[in-house]
Amino acid sequence: MKNFMLLFRGGSDAVTLSPEDQQQQMQKWFDWVGALQAKGIYAGGEALMPTGKTVHKDHLVTDGPYAESKELVGGYFLVKAESLEAATEIAKDCPDLPLGGTVEVRDVVVFG
Amino acid sequence: MSSEGHIQLVDHLFRHEAGKMVAVLAARFGLAHLQLAEDAVQDAFVQAGATWRFGQLPADPAAWLMRTAANRAIDLLRREGRWQRIQAGLSDSDTEAPPAHYHGQELADAQLQMIFACCHPALKPEDGIALTLKTVSGFSAAEIARALMSSEAALQKRLARARSFLREEGIRLEIPAGPALRTRLDRVYTVLYLLFNEGYHSTKADEPIRRDLCGEAMRCCKLLVEHPAVRQPAAFALLALMCFHAARFDARLTSDNELILLAGQDRTLWDQELIAVGRQYLNEASRGTELSRYHLEAAIAAEHCAAPRFNDTCWPRLLVLYDHLAAMCPTPAVRLARAVVLAETGDIAGAIGYVLATEGIETLLRTQYLFPAILGDLYKRLSETVKARALLEQACALTPSPAERHLLQAKLETLRN
Repeated sequence: MKNFMLLFRGGSDAVTLSPEDQQQQMQKWFDWVGALQAKGIYAGGEALMPTGKTVHKDHLVTDGPYAESKELVGGYFLVKAESLEAATEIAKDCPDLPLGGTVEVRDVVVFG
Repeated sequence: MSSEGHIQLVDHLFRHEAGKMVAVLAARFGLAHLQLAEDAVQDAFVQAGATWRFGQLPADPAAWLMRTAANRAIDLLRREGRWQRIQAGLSDSDTEAPPAHYHGQELADAQLQMIFACCHPALKPEDGIALTLKTVSGFSAAEIARALMSSEAALQKRLARARSFLREEGIRLEIPAGPALRTRLDRVYTVLYLLFNEGYHSTKADEPIRRDLCGEAMRCCKLLVEHPAVRQPAAFALLALMCFHAARFDARLTSDNELILLAGQDRTLWDQELIAVGRQYLNEASRGTELSRYHLEAAIAAEHCAAPRFNDTCWPRLLVLYDHLAAMCPTPAVRLARAVVLAETGDIAGAIGYVLATEGIETLLRTQYLFPAILGDLYKRLSETVKARALLEQACALTPSPAERHLLQAKLETLRN
């Protein structure tokens, strides 16, 4: 098993839902995380604030990524899978896909 | 932060928290900023959606939401340049970072004040229903529109009208006291009663949302009976009435959403636990000397709930209750219901006469499907087939509900045989 990083863009943070719909959407995420945990393949996940700083050459610092919220990385999961294909299958269960969210699946490099 | 184990949120948690948060923010920043309070709460939920989904929740989610919404409200006020002015009118403690925890009494007060504002007597009751669902109950405009079978645009207009009324009239968030309490409470009862009926009797919207409407009416009613300053026997009676009706919710419709009348309901589906709760509230309602229409309607509903089978219904006792109700509110609907009970005691001709003696009966028979439906049924039972058929056909043409139409057509069918 190897680690893969799922990077989430858009979806829940780019659409306006009623509190009731927001809760139902969030419950879908909790159910998804719960299922991955039950299989022992959830290795962690965190949310990122939409604001931040960007540091450039000569220590030039600019405010925030300021991307469109649908292009912004809102958070990530680390999951364990046998292959990139298997990790991609996991990503297909992301509850935000119907809301226009996307998942980028990346292989975490291990030097062996 | 907690990240272990499967997280399961309580049903309607966000919706209920939204109502509480709007109430608290409006109490803090003034009812004139109701729209801003609602926007701030909406933004807090967007932030929650964006950050909680990755499997980690704040230690106290409700407190996190409240703090986030309060900070957002202050941001929005600053942006609008009104912050300084409001700050001048507020105490130091109000302008500090708002407390994360609101103790029970402050929350109960804020919600109750909001209910009184939304159900202000100068607002139309239907505007009060919409505003209550939006601000007290945390429904979105789209959800309210779906529940009340209105377009979202029309609903938004209605909400905007109600909000600007509250702002322009300078309506204050308060729990009325003294003689004013009585009139203000009467309007609150009316709005909650209509809200419940909208959920219970309308077969237009889908069932989950109708259930939610009934649930919200009951939750608001509970806030009334739990608050020592406003607790009145009539509120207990109204809550009892809602319990008795809600107990029959599952037995009222077939799986195809067809309406089942009281006589044909499977009474084993009635929720006995809820009926027992209703009885407790009805007991509470009998303290004191007040006898409201809700007392009588609750007693009537309790009487139906007490009969194990339709044939066990104690019609003479019901008739006494309806006599009182018809004396107190002689509305056409109450008269019609009394006529049905009178017929069940055996006096069908008397029931027909009573319906026909209703003021404006000619118009009612032409416009309200229930009148020709019931009168037609009474004639049918006396085997006056011609009159029965004409009236039932009239009812068929008038009813907006497909389920009702099927029932009426079934009756017409038996007339032909």
